[in-house]
Amino acid sequence: MKIALSSTGQDLAAPVDSRFGRAARFLLVDDNSGKMQIVENQQNLNAAQGAGVQAAQLLLRAGVNALITGNCGPKAFRVLTSAGVSVYHCDANLSGAEALQALREGRLQPAAQASVEGHWS
Amino acid sequence: MTSGSTAFRLAIASGKGGTGKTTLALALAEAQAQIGPVTLCDCDVEEPNAHLFLTGRSGPPQAVHRAVPRIDAQRCDRCGRCVDLCAFNALAVGGDCTLVFDELCHSCGGCARICPMGAIHEENSLIGHIRQLRRDNLQLISGTLAIGQVMAPPLIRAVLTDAAAAPLILVDCPPGTSCPMIAAVRSCDVVLLVTEPTPFGLNDLKLAVATVRLLGLPCAVVINRAGSGNDAAVHQYCQAEQVPVALEIPDDRRIAEGYSRGATLLQTRPELAPALHRLLADSIRLGRKA
Repeated sequence: MKIALSSTGQDLAAPVDSRFGRAARFLLVDDNSGKMQIVENQQNLNAAQGAGVQAAQLLLRAGVNALITGNCGPKAFRVLTSAGVSVYHCDANLSGAEALQALREGRLQPAAQASVEGHWS
Repeated sequence: MTSGSTAFRLAIASGKGGTGKTTLALALAEAQAQIGPVTLCDCDVEEPNAHLFLTGRSGPPQAVHRAVPRIDAQRCDRCGRCVDLCAFNALAVGGDCTLVFDELCHSCGGCARICPMGAIHEENSLIGHIRQLRRDNLQLISGTLAIGQVMAPPLIRAVLTDAAAAPLILVDCPPGTSCPMIAAVRSCDVVLLVTEPTPFGLNDLKLAVATVRLLGLPCAVVINRAGSGNDAAVHQYCQAEQVPVALEIPDDRRIAEGYSRGATLLQTRPELAPALHRLLADSIRLGRKA
């Protein structure tokens, strides 16, 4: 399983980014091999609109199965769940490693809907 | 206005909201209607209000649509070319099919053209209505965005297209300096910027002046509620930027009280008519010169 985390830093010690579409970057962790890949989100960070939609597209193209993030809006949620990606919301105070641990221990539940309202810019 | 040979468009805009755009637009329209035909376009389509002040013969509302893409799931092979083309992030390749987010779409039609599978066609989607009202010489054309719609510019352009044949058009613009304001002012010959002598009014006036200059449009300033704040700061700015102050409307409680009852500036202060006629003539001269 490939898990994406929105991250404020370069490694799993950094706190989870509370934003999804305009997250600084994503850390992609392969649960089987333990390998981690960094995907920058610079282009979407600066998008005038639709940052969440395209961040979701980025993750689908990277082939992720699950996402851990602080908040996720309705449009990104629709894109992710259309491809069967599970979205887990977590407290943005957690580090990436703590959030992953929480997921593995079953302390995070897959979201049934977006956690925040949509906006246009 | 005088020769009647070519249409003249005068925009009434501001940076800050609530400075008196509609007050001035209605006053200019009523002043002009005393001497000849005039068309007032209410382009503040998110919250049009000029019609609240006018009664007359009105026609049925006319629906305005815009094109949005629809995906044929049978044909779409999820190649993502439309996604890569879209500058507004309105499309995404989902699990089974390409997804469209109408509220992000700017109706450019590029996705339908680039799709190699012919899986995208454009469909008309309702964005709002246009209503017309006539009272003697005064014609009002106003646009109202449908509830839930966010794309004001196509509706604003439809309002202006409806007015195209009129000889003198006054455009009551939406506030701000973003896409809706630009859609309303860009085809005009001159822009009157209404401000108030407050820090917010001046700050947003500076943004508005910079915006109309970028569009290459001549502008003049109208100070509303003159005498209620730091008037000197506004005059100082206008002088430094060589923007003429074309009119000052005094801060007068009677005007506000009248407005709250639905009375226009000219109804409350009819003696302002000559100043408004002069403002129209000056504005047209400024626009024709540029």
